[in-house]
Amino acid sequence: MILGAVHFPPIEDVIEWPAFLFKDSDLLAFNKIALIHFLSLVIPTIVFLVGSRGDGLVPRGARTVAEGVVNFVDTQIIQAAIGHDGRKYMPLLTSFFLFVFFGNITEVIPFFQMPANARMAGPLVLALTAWAMFISVGLRHHGLGYLKEVAFPPGVPKALYLLVTPIEILSTFFVRPFSHAVRLFANMLAGHILLVTFSVLCISVWGASALIIVEIGTFPGLVAFTAFEVGVSLIQAFVFTILAAVYIGGALHPAH
Amino acid sequence: MSTLAQLAAETAYTAAEAKNNAAASGAGMAYGLAAIGPGIGIGYLVGQAVQAMARQPESAGTVQTTMFLGIAFTEALALIGFVVFILLKFV
Repeated sequence: MILGAVHFPPIEDVIEWPAFLFKDSDLLAFNKIALIHFLSLVIPTIVFLVGSRGDGLVPRGARTVAEGVVNFVDTQIIQAAIGHDGRKYMPLLTSFFLFVFFGNITEVIPFFQMPANARMAGPLVLALTAWAMFISVGLRHHGLGYLKEVAFPPGVPKALYLLVTPIEILSTFFVRPFSHAVRLFANMLAGHILLVTFSVLCISVWGASALIIVEIGTFPGLVAFTAFEVGVSLIQAFVFTILAAVYIGGALHPAH
Repeated sequence: MSTLAQLAAETAYTAAEAKNNAAASGAGMAYGLAAIGPGIGIGYLVGQAVQAMARQPESAGTVQTTMFLGIAFTEALALIGFVVFILLKFV
């Protein structure tokens, strides 16, 4: 068989990382995923702390980056999905965006080469945070009327409530956090497996004398897909954040 | 042992093997079938968005945001197919 030399590693080798710190403890065990999460918490914090110094009349250095991110979140996400009264959710949404983006971009950074969001725990916690946030926003602004708005959307013929109400309750309160998390998780896992597949193909055919001709196809493929994954990282961070904003906006103005 | 019994013993096919084979072929089909609908959907969606942006370039920003939202919702189906593939293939 011509591809007999290609050995694809089992999935555990690709996404599971051994702990390298506090190995004996169940609670404190620290592996690559935890390191990425830690860094994606610390790096934006430092950038924003450094950027917030000075009067900022002439933005330079870290301040340019911080203002660029805040401006992007404001114009592209908050104004588009919530409206002018959405500015107070800026800290949450900016944190989501940066945390998800750093968790994704490690997919293509050498020595990491693993998106932290390809493990379900990270996206799930973020999605549950967004879920708790939009429910509490709805309850706070509309009281128990929010639940009524969700279960009985106005403008629907009376008889259809028999069908609409269970679907709306299920999709808003139960399916939403799940689909929100799975969207990010599955995208990053798929991208990671794609890159692993192309890397394995490249490495396996390198040693084989006649098969090296396949490298003409696989190596440019690997490079192209790495570039593609940079775009995917950015778009998935954007999509995750804008969906959180849409959910919050929906709870804030339930009528539309 | 009769020829028939010998043949049966040689081609014995355990339940675990049957399950593995069914899972392997099901995994491939799960993703392939799950990709059809979202493929058509995203193609149609982006095509219409490009048309909207070409007709009214000043609304490109709004259309783009809405387009990404629509893609995210459509794509979820394909991603669930991918998760089913992973579950069947590796779990």
